Amino acid sequence: MIKVYASSVIDAPADSVWVRIRDFNGLPGWTPFVAESRIEGGQPADRIGCVRNFRLKDGGMIREQLLTLSDYDFQCTYSILESPMGVENYVATLKLTPVTDGGRTFAEWSAEFDCAPEREGELAQQIGQGVFQTAFDALKTMFRR
Amino acid sequence: MIRVTRSAVIDAPIERVWAVLRDFNGHTAWHPVVAESEIEGGEPSDQIGCVRRFTLRDGNHIREQLLALSDRDHVSTYCILDASVPLRRYVATLQLKRVTDGERTFWHWQSTFDAPPGRERELADMVGTGVYEGGFQGLRAYLRRARHAPDRPTASRPLAAGQTVPAQGVVVSAFGGPEVLRLQPLPARPPGPGEVRIRQTAVGVNYMDVYVRSGHYRLIEPPAVLGMEAAGVVVDVGDGVAHVLPGDRVAYACAPPGAYVGARTMPADQIVVLPDDVDEETAAALMLKGMTAAYLLHRTHRVRAGETILVHAAAGGVGLFLCQWARALGARVIGTVSSEDKARLARANGCELPLVGRDYRFASAVKAATNGRGADVIYDGLGRAAMEENLEALALCGHWVSYGQASGPLSPIGPEVLAAKSLTLSRPVLFHYTAERAALNEIAQQTFEALRAGVIRVERRHRYPLASAAEAHRDLEARRTSGPLVLLP
Repeated sequence: MIKVYASSVIDAPADSVWVRIRDFNGLPGWTPFVAESRIEGGQPADRIGCVRNFRLKDGGMIREQLLTLSDYDFQCTYSILESPMGVENYVATLKLTPVTDGGRTFAEWSAEFDCAPEREGELAQQIGQGVFQTAFDALKTMFRR
Repeated sequence: MIRVTRSAVIDAPIERVWAVLRDFNGHTAWHPVVAESEIEGGEPSDQIGCVRRFTLRDGNHIREQLLALSDRDHVSTYCILDASVPLRRYVATLQLKRVTDGERTFWHWQSTFDAPPGRERELADMVGTGVYEGGFQGLRAYLRRARHAPDRPTASRPLAAGQTVPAQGVVVSAFGGPEVLRLQPLPARPPGPGEVRIRQTAVGVNYMDVYVRSGHYRLIEPPAVLGMEAAGVVVDVGDGVAHVLPGDRVAYACAPPGAYVGARTMPADQIVVLPDDVDEETAAALMLKGMTAAYLLHRTHRVRAGETILVHAAAGGVGLFLCQWARALGARVIGTVSSEDKARLARANGCELPLVGRDYRFASAVKAATNGRGADVIYDGLGRAAMEENLEALALCGHWVSYGQASGPLSPIGPEVLAAKSLTLSRPVLFHYTAERAALNEIAQQTFEALRAGVIRVERRHRYPLASAAEAHRDLEARRTSGPLVLLP
């Protein structure tokens, strides 16, 4: 089991950032690497258990399932059902915390998963930097004051 | 149940912030509302269950107990045991988190408590704004004072275990004149618990060093290293040291002697972290003399505008600071100096009337300058030779502050001598005023603030290589210098 953690500070109040994040079907709207996304079975995007099926700009298809969603804690958890990345037991949490000093947001994104031992470093880098940090950078640009 | 939450982002790595916050007794150094604090029973300040007893600047008293401390999760939880403010069932948790895309730290501070009916809002505001937000600002200011070395090693990764830092030092081979000073290799050993190892870049020379060298002050037994004051950069720290980190620029002015070295391992509790805007050479020239002026003018006697003060050796190291600072406080400054050159220097530094002479005769001139009234305060580093004239030169109810004795120790003074004018005699020593870390920090910050504001100035300084310490002593004893002397290792 390896763990990946990334955190950042977004220059906007947590509730504004959360509006973007909480839409489980909204990745194409704020990440630079997702081309299109849909929720399987026509379910609402905030229903626990719903599955998003999205296509990366590089062509890969990923299915992820929403496990928890809390508007109170600004936090959601999801797992990967299928992906080309070669990870198993992948569970990720995205959490926002208000920074009361300056009305900003502290954003944390963490994941735990299993993979072939020789791929740990590569995947930790790909997920931590390629996915989480890249998405944070996009949020920072989007909310730049 | 009231819940108060505040959070902030601090522009420093989490290790740096945690090193400060994990010390349950460290808040006097960085929190602006905390005046004094101590851990009861002398327990370590990271011992679960330890109790800190502290007073706030508004006079309130609080006792708090440490309930949990995790160095892995950067969490500290504590509760109030009793307090002079009605915060009931108060439990607070402070947590730090790493901001991974920059050297920053997220700081979350939350508490729950009960308050008497009608006072909920007031107390929630006191905790949230006064304590938490005030703490954020205080910590930021505290960290700004320490310049961050770009390649700062972490506290948990010292040099190699047991590795000494090679250095040279100046040793007093036997009590005597400047010729007894010898340069020899003196490597600095790794720091033990509570210690710090400093690579020193500037060492201050003080007249006290002459007394120690000659054996007049028995602070060492030869062979031993001289020196009470230096500045440099922290190499590494021992267990239990939280207020300084490797890479911090620091300075100190304290006993025991041992500062005339290129690298030194010593107790960490008298170490002060330098603000960004104070360079190390200035600090070495400033710490002992500047902090002396600070406590003499603000603590031993609180100088007020309109008072007349007499400063002996007004062009000396402490004397110049006293003249500059007292003038800025609105006092009228009279001084004694040994030459016309020094009179000019004293005058340029706030001394309105420098009295020139080497005969310790000044009382009539002081009286003449004050319509026969005399001086309200005398700052006396001369000692024996000026005794009678000091008594003569003081105003009724005057204060004689004897902080040094360049001409020899005072002979015993009976109370009736003081009663003749209702005089007060103080015989203060810097190291007593700075024994508590909180007081040390306050006096040091006050000194740096005065430097920053231009109230005190270190313009002229005399630089010597460390190997030329004997020459520095000769110049100092021959009164050939004015302003601070600094040795450069």
